[in-house]
Amino acid sequence: MVTRGFFSGRRPPSDTDARIPPGQYLEQGFPVLSAGPTPRVRVEDWSFTLKQGPRPLKTWNWAEFNALPQSKMTRDIHCVTAWTKFNTPWQGVMIDDILADAGIEPPTAYTLALSFDGYSTNVPTKDLVTGKAMVALLYEGKPITPDHGGPARLLVPHLYFWKSAKWVNGLQFTERDEPGFWELRGYHIYGDPWREQRYSSDP
Amino acid sequence: MTAEPSPQSPWQAATITRIVKRTPRVTSFWFQPSRPLAHLAGQHVDIRLTAPDGYQARRSYSIASAPEAGGGIELAIERLDDGEVSPFFHDVAAVGDEIELRGPLGGHFIWEESDGGPILLVGGGSGVVPLMAMLRHRTLRNNAVPVALVFSARVWEEVIFRDELIGLDDRRDGFDLVLTLTREPARRPSDYSRRVDARMMAQAIERLPKTPRLAYVCGSNAFVSAAADALIGAGVPAGLIRTERYGV
Repeated sequence: MVTRGFFSGRRPPSDTDARIPPGQYLEQGFPVLSAGPTPRVRVEDWSFTLKQGPRPLKTWNWAEFNALPQSKMTRDIHCVTAWTKFNTPWQGVMIDDILADAGIEPPTAYTLALSFDGYSTNVPTKDLVTGKAMVALLYEGKPITPDHGGPARLLVPHLYFWKSAKWVNGLQFTERDEPGFWELRGYHIYGDPWREQRYSSDP
Repeated sequence: MTAEPSPQSPWQAATITRIVKRTPRVTSFWFQPSRPLAHLAGQHVDIRLTAPDGYQARRSYSIASAPEAGGGIELAIERLDDGEVSPFFHDVAAVGDEIELRGPLGGHFIWEESDGGPILLVGGGSGVVPLMAMLRHRTLRNNAVPVALVFSARVWEEVIFRDELIGLDDRRDGFDLVLTLTREPARRPSDYSRRVDARMMAQAIERLPKTPRLAYVCGSNAFVSAAADALIGAGVPAGLIRTERYGV
């Protein structure tokens, strides 16, 4: 349905069109969204745990985690609130390297990312491995600020950005695809921006 | 690429039925959806504008009206000069226009009677909009849950819904309005003239008969960060604070 009198809009330059998923616009800033107050997690108190169901598999403290192999990912990110930001540069530990350090293969097909503030979000395990995702420690070469999820946040850039859990403190492997915080509150169970899977009623 | 709404589409056409300027930068638009749209207080809708060449822009707007209010849903839209959707509403949209919308959306920043109270609402600028839906819902339901609203605006003339809020405050039915103006002196004895801080939050909580069961904070990211920190400073547990943030 064409909207009467709507012509201009903030069209992206045509050479960037192919990088912007449907319904998104290009944002130069880095908006902050979250469901509650920003937790201030001190690195002395920080830890990261891999779990299978309720059973811990391995826990790292901040120093141990920072000693894992570090990788860089520069990716376009897409927020469900319709902004897309190009070329965001992150550094951190690939999920593959976390699993390798724990000496395990992914035990189940589904994962819940867990955060210090009680947030959770579900991601199929295959979307976290083979170079697709990391636990990011740096943004633009500097420690991630608390409002953007520091000290550490999950980065799953090929899904809507609510899947990239801020203040992440663990991954829990689950037998079933268990909806997380926003997935229980009307948001899509998978969240592929290229298929515009914003809300639970989207195919 | 402009898919016409099909019966299965979550999008629907809604007709603008009324337009009222609220403040110099905020105007309310009432939309009559073509299909019933049953929302909860605090939810939002997505709006989608389509240009003749198929280009689409979409944004989320909180619903200001109570679920039980007749006459369509009210969105109070702030004009953002560098925006692409809000200037369309302020400069172009007219009564009778059809706009595509989708919703209601959002399952976290909502208040229902079953949530109980007391509740503390903290809004900055247009962040008051979803809080207004909660207040109107409480009023229309004759719900006696104690509520305090701390509403921060730059100046008196930018206090959205000002007359209605003061009218609700005057009812003395368990609702307390606290205005704080950041660029002007306070106008009412109970109001402030500074940015929100922990002491202001502690004093707002003292207006409630007991500590809040839930706190809702909405506004710009900078406002919400400051207000949520102030609430925590006033002793409100982080787990009771729900936030909704706009913009960069």
